[in-house]
Amino acid sequence: MRYLPHTDAEIDEMLQAVGASSLRDLFATIPENCCTLTHLDLPEPLTEWELDRHMGRLAASMAVSPGYKVFLGAGSYEHHIPAAAAYVLSRGEFVTAYTPYQPEVSQGTLQAIYEYQTLVTRLLGMDVANASMYDGASALAEALLMAVRMTRRKRVAVSAAVHPLYRKVVETYFRPTGYEVIELPIAEDGRTDLAGISGANELAAVAVQSPNFFGCVEDLHSAAAKVHQDEKTLFIAGFTEPLAYGLYKSPGSQGADISCGEGQSFGIPRSYGGPGLGMFAAKQECLRQMPGRLVGKTTDREGRRGFVLTLATREQHIRREKATSNICSNQGLCATAAAVYMAALGGTGIRQLARLNYDKSEYLKKSLVEAGVSIPFSAPTFNEFTADFGQGFDTIWKALLEKKIVAGFPLSRYYPEMAGRYLLCATETQSKEDIDALVKEVSA
Amino acid sequence: MNETVGTNGLIFNEPLLWEKGVSGRTGFSMPRRDVDNAPVDENLAGKGPDFPDLSEVDLVRHYVRLSQWNFSVDNGMYPLGSCTMKYNPKTNERQAALPGIAGAHPLLPESLSQGMLQLMHELSDDLCRITGLDAVSLQPAAGAHGELTGMLIIYAYHAAKGEKRSKILIPDTAHGTNPASASLCGFASIPLASNEQGMLDPAAVAELMDEDTAGIMVTNPNTLGLFEENITEVAKIVHDKGGLVYCDGANMNALMGVVNMKDSGVDVLHLNLHKTFSTPHGGGGPGAGPVCVTKALEPFLPVPRVTEENGRYAFSWDHPQSVGKLHAFWGNFGILVRAYSYIRSMGGENLKKASQLAVLNANYIKERLKGTYHLPYDRPCMHECVFTDKHQQAHKVSTLDIAKRLMEYGFHPPTVYFPLVVSGALMIEPTETECKADLDRFIEAMKAIDAEAKENPDLLHDAPKIPKVRRLDEVAAARKPCLRD
Repeated sequence: MRYLPHTDAEIDEMLQAVGASSLRDLFATIPENCCTLTHLDLPEPLTEWELDRHMGRLAASMAVSPGYKVFLGAGSYEHHIPAAAAYVLSRGEFVTAYTPYQPEVSQGTLQAIYEYQTLVTRLLGMDVANASMYDGASALAEALLMAVRMTRRKRVAVSAAVHPLYRKVVETYFRPTGYEVIELPIAEDGRTDLAGISGANELAAVAVQSPNFFGCVEDLHSAAAKVHQDEKTLFIAGFTEPLAYGLYKSPGSQGADISCGEGQSFGIPRSYGGPGLGMFAAKQECLRQMPGRLVGKTTDREGRRGFVLTLATREQHIRREKATSNICSNQGLCATAAAVYMAALGGTGIRQLARLNYDKSEYLKKSLVEAGVSIPFSAPTFNEFTADFGQGFDTIWKALLEKKIVAGFPLSRYYPEMAGRYLLCATETQSKEDIDALVKEVSA
Repeated sequence: MNETVGTNGLIFNEPLLWEKGVSGRTGFSMPRRDVDNAPVDENLAGKGPDFPDLSEVDLVRHYVRLSQWNFSVDNGMYPLGSCTMKYNPKTNERQAALPGIAGAHPLLPESLSQGMLQLMHELSDDLCRITGLDAVSLQPAAGAHGELTGMLIIYAYHAAKGEKRSKILIPDTAHGTNPASASLCGFASIPLASNEQGMLDPAAVAELMDEDTAGIMVTNPNTLGLFEENITEVAKIVHDKGGLVYCDGANMNALMGVVNMKDSGVDVLHLNLHKTFSTPHGGGGPGAGPVCVTKALEPFLPVPRVTEENGRYAFSWDHPQSVGKLHAFWGNFGILVRAYSYIRSMGGENLKKASQLAVLNANYIKERLKGTYHLPYDRPCMHECVFTDKHQQAHKVSTLDIAKRLMEYGFHPPTVYFPLVVSGALMIEPTETECKADLDRFIEAMKAIDAEAKENPDLLHDAPKIPKVRRLDEVAAARKPCLRD
């Protein structure tokens, strides 16, 4: 086996050095009643070339572009990834390094993450960002738990327009804690109805997502004002599509205390849903209660600039059960990917690309309206929106799969009352031609 | 040794991105605009973020230079204890990048994602066979996330019986994340001291285990690199009081094809695919931390689960006792692909051989260095061994100095000052992918450093001199945090 370098002669020599008679003998300290696995019953090993064929077959069953036209967003977005970004991300020095515990020989990872933290704070308009969390869902759960710690209150409110799968993760994290999660309803225009929070006192946090699951951009400014009528309550602005902040005002500039969400859009392939990137940023006063790794700037013995992991006293290996989180890693390589992608776009590029996403999806929206499809929510959107094709569209949707078109995501899967409504996404990767073809099919 | 492996090489300084950018450049090929501009709501529109503008050449050089400041498994031996820094096979990366895999949307209809569902189903089955346990969830995104999932399962198991237990036993030789994971489920950690041999003591467990204790979190092999020889006895004590045994399987690389974790008494186990199953660490992630359980705990696994019927694969959501969802979608899928590729490339015999050679390598280092460095537990070890700086302390040389000097010999330092039960610990895990010649070079380097400690300790105190930077002021970094520009 090409990953196992030992020759038989070396094994013998080494066994002799350790005073063991056989490889089996090395395990003599393990009680016999534990050693009941003498043989691993797994498929025979494949050669590198057989593996290529096998994986190629599994991959071929998947509906991906360009063979399929996939108009799905809903928390995972198709964006072009520059070859240069993919190349630098494939460097073994980034890919095969561990967490930068030894800073002298990890400056590459550390500077890249420091730059990531800086770019994220600039994107979201926040004071501090951590080195990342697992994904958008766990970032939201950790943000809500942080708010509970900071306010010493036991109740949080989460919009029903937050990604339904994220809300399931929040439920999982909260169940054993005894803290309460209140769901905020959706208003007529597709935004969150915050009227209920004034009655619900003692809220640790109010969380919305913008653009929300229906694609609608929340009015963060007035939402923040409503939430802050109670001075202690923290306002969390989540997201699944950070590219929207190339076009729309940042959460920080609109009064969010914490902004967190999924960064997959930034140069990370969809990979059937993971690995993604939990972006997490907050106001300065949250720093000591923040979960996750942080990279800080310092100097070495000769006064040169360098970077280290810092504020580890918040973390599990030092504070053990009193830690701000049990998270022990970040999504290092995904955070680096996002930084590379943000740097590739630059300030000029992100504005252009965000605008192009908006215009493509507005073109799709306009074409559907012209074809007689109703758009139920009036709030502005970014690169995805909700369309109402009416009850019975299900059969057409299924028939379109045969034609290699995935015509959006059926909202009834998570919102039973929304039968006939579909979430449609068009990014820069969809051409006008693809969009026209979709419109023709769904309005036929 | 006459000369160290490390040299200064060609290391370039490189500014921060925004010190390099010039407004008006671009590193991105903007897609052609084939639709008109649509009006934007003026109240919501912003100015966009203050990002630097760089060309593609700027971008590539920036990151290539940064990459050259990193030590990695691809550069050399990385004997970081408890981290299993084995070689990361390149074909795994090729498979994960296949357009059908990398480009797949997670919410595709099941009929159009059969291949990936099949992969998840088969990988779950493989992990059951490797651990001896009955069912698996692939959803946790990291080891600590797997621990949290395991704790949630234990919490849900007791809750289903109408019980709310408040404590959990955690040995002092367990991983550092364990208490934090337990406290997220409201369990108070009860520390459990190991005995003189570095082992769990059944009598100590019996004394602390009661009907308000949810179970025990064991790391096996433990962080001293020793197999917990009393594990079945400990498990029986815990089970007799209605508790469950959680095993942190981060060190599973020692045991494949040897130990049946279920037969050893374990109820819940998490694996680190980024350790045992060769997926790269990525400078801190992404990893994956699948959780394996016994039949009795299967109803509590996260949803959705992947089922198979007549060759058709599907997600199943209807598990009312499930702890719920842990990840936005189905887990760190790209990592699962890599681990699956590794298992298919290795097969059963080679996985077993990998564990045997990992243990052989660790014992070889232990035997060859034990005259030079203090070995607090002189017993046959598993995949890693723990030394201390006790002998070198006489020359005012510490574990940290030894670690920093090793860099100049071309090795990544071992894990230092962990486990906490050993003062000045140097925890060495070579893994099976290091050949004898490299182990010999490492051993010689460690011996040379010991000689230097006696003859020229300042060489160690001043180390390292050849990397991009020298020792950094971590105190200043924490006192006045600068976390962004």
